[in-house]
Amino acid sequence: MGNVIILCEHKNGELIKQSLSAAKAGIDAAKAMGGKSYLLLIGSGMDRVKESASHFGTDGVLVVDDPALAGYTAEAYAIAAYETIKSQSASLVLSTTSAFAKELLPRIAVKLKAGMVSDILSINTEGGKVSGFTRAMWAGSIVADVAVDGDIIIATVRGTAFEHAPKLDKASEVKALSVKIDQQTLKAKYIETIEHKSTRPQLTDASVVISGGRGLKGPEGFKTIGQLADLLGAAIGASRAAVDAGWVENDLQVGQTGKIVAPNLYIAVGISGAIQHLAGMKDSKTIVAINKDPDAPIFQIADYGLVADFAKAVPELVEEIKKVK
Amino acid sequence: MKILVTVKRVSDPEAKLKIKPDGLWIQTEGVKFVVNPFDEIAVEEALRIKEKQTGEVVVVSVGDKVVTEQIRAALAMGADRGIFVNYAGSYDSYDIANILAKIVEQEKPDIIILGKQAVDDDMGQAGFMLAELLGYPQAAFASKVEITDDKKKAKVTREIDGGLEVKEVELPCIITADLRLNTPRYASLPNIMKAKQKPVKELTVESLGVAVKPRVTVKKLSEPPKRKGGVKVESVQDLVSKLKTEAKVI
Ligand SMILES: Cc1cc2nc3c(=O)[nH]c(=O)nc-3n(C[C@H](O)[C@H](O)[C@H](O)COP(=O)(O)OP(=O)(O)OC[C@H]3O[C@@H](n4cnc5c(N)ncnc54)[C@H](O)[C@@H]3O)c2cc1C
Ligand SMILES: Nc1ncnc2c1ncn2[C@@H]1O[C@H](COP(=O)(O)O)[C@@H](O)[C@H]1O
Repeated sequence: MGNVIILCEHKNGELIKQSLSAAKAGIDAAKAMGGKSYLLLIGSGMDRVKESASHFGTDGVLVVDDPALAGYTAEAYAIAAYETIKSQSASLVLSTTSAFAKELLPRIAVKLKAGMVSDILSINTEGGKVSGFTRAMWAGSIVADVAVDGDIIIATVRGTAFEHAPKLDKASEVKALSVKIDQQTLKAKYIETIEHKSTRPQLTDASVVISGGRGLKGPEGFKTIGQLADLLGAAIGASRAAVDAGWVENDLQVGQTGKIVAPNLYIAVGISGAIQHLAGMKDSKTIVAINKDPDAPIFQIADYGLVADFAKAVPELVEEIKKVK
Repeated sequence: MKILVTVKRVSDPEAKLKIKPDGLWIQTEGVKFVVNPFDEIAVEEALRIKEKQTGEVVVVSVGDKVVTEQIRAALAMGADRGIFVNYAGSYDSYDIANILAKIVEQEKPDIIILGKQAVDDDMGQAGFMLAELLGYPQAAFASKVEITDDKKKAKVTREIDGGLEVKEVELPCIITADLRLNTPRYASLPNIMKAKQKPVKELTVESLGVAVKPRVTVKKLSEPPKRKGGVKVESVQDLVSKLKTEAKVI
């Protein structure tokens, strides 16, 4: 009892950074409950990632490596995860709040007949058990304390709410498990991923994010903020309005129903500051807003507000930063 | 083709919300309630599939009597009939999935479309739990849905973290709608009138044989710490100097 399993997403032989937040949350929860923590990796051809995953301070790494799991489907991965979790007597199963986990963990929860909470901000433990969680509701305008009944609880972890588990020299034990996946019964087939390739850092990992909104008027406007992003090594984000308009890729949307980020520096350009957008960035350390409307709500939460037309202000900003860098 | 689509009644995303004195829920007096925006997209997609394939769109909502307003809204968009599951207590996404599973057993739809998440609880679970309960495949976060010519499969493009992913699922299947799937139509006045005549069947959780027993319960709501607004800077130079010397972020 008190054991925690952290299902980790990985890509190109590495854990995704957000998984390290879930790992940290899980390791700490296991300690508080007097149990053990295990990372769980599912996929195909994972020699590299299982080695690197063994250095994050969990009591072990469980690996389900099978060619049948090469293309991700929630249907197959849920079977692999369920069989593994069942064999480990876990009381808490965590994963990061990513697209991967959001559709996968609810299936696992049903297999385990367990309650699930999404996108938690903290875990409370008491007497060797999870006593509750906090999480955001209504686009982050309200925080809720929630309790979950049952011997096993499933949760996704908000990446920005927990530190990353540090990488250690010491390696924990890696244990391979085999699970039988019958492709025929899945009724689902992975076809392809249309990856949005970019040389910029990942939105959720970047220490600087520059986001554009409807005020940028079109894809050209994103080129303008792109110069600033290049200068600062920043990731580009966007409001829903800019994504809906097709100016940038869908995976750049920041907000309640997009990605949650909390970089050192967030610069919102031509974004009004709707609550759904704020939900995705209001925990950033320093927030800058550039907007031509002095009454735009974004100014109410920005540390530094500049009332200006972006088309003039952003190129000026590029020049000015070059001077001081 | 029979398509089942779900609508949840939620507070208007624009509404300013206050917490009730008991701290257990939001104050609902004076708040406008709407169809969960993702469910509106789900209804629109169901209608578009029906328009291409012929068939029927059935809309279901769980809640107390007031949720029939949201069922009527979906009927006014063009859905054919409604199912109202009268249940006034609290529930979690798992309960909703259990209730919906019973309705699927009765109705046997070819496709079930839900929103990817309800914008009040922001859980985003019910669709996937339903898929698992039924043993159906799922296409989450759909931005494009194509039914194959033999009407046996759906090819779905999905919004994922690093871009898009294409997946093929056999029917019957679950689809959850993402923002870019479509732009929902407005209900015209004549259609709003017509919707009043469309049949809405009332059921109870007891009659469906479901014992609602939320595993997840809200214990207390509170306001998040408010972020203080800062200053307006006079110029780009001013901004850069503050970022460098005060915030130390560049
Ligand atoms: C269910 C649902 C989910 C949602 N999820 C999200 C989400 O996850 N993320 C999100 O961002 N939104 C989300 N939204 C949408 C949100 O409510 C707002 O509509 C959206 O954030 C507005 O985008 P915007 O600020 O770019 O556009 P607008 O509100 O139109 O603001 C544009 C701003 O640009 C300024 N501007 C115009 N011209 C210039 C110029 N030349 N220079 C400088 N400034 C200029 C204007 O003054 C204005 O403030 C969601 C909405 C719903 C209903
Ligand atoms: N009370 C309800 N009635 C009908 N559908 C619901 C209800 N609650 C949730 N749903 C559906 O389930 C989806 C996901 O809800 P949730 O898991 O709460 O985020 C919503 O978009 C709805 O389509």
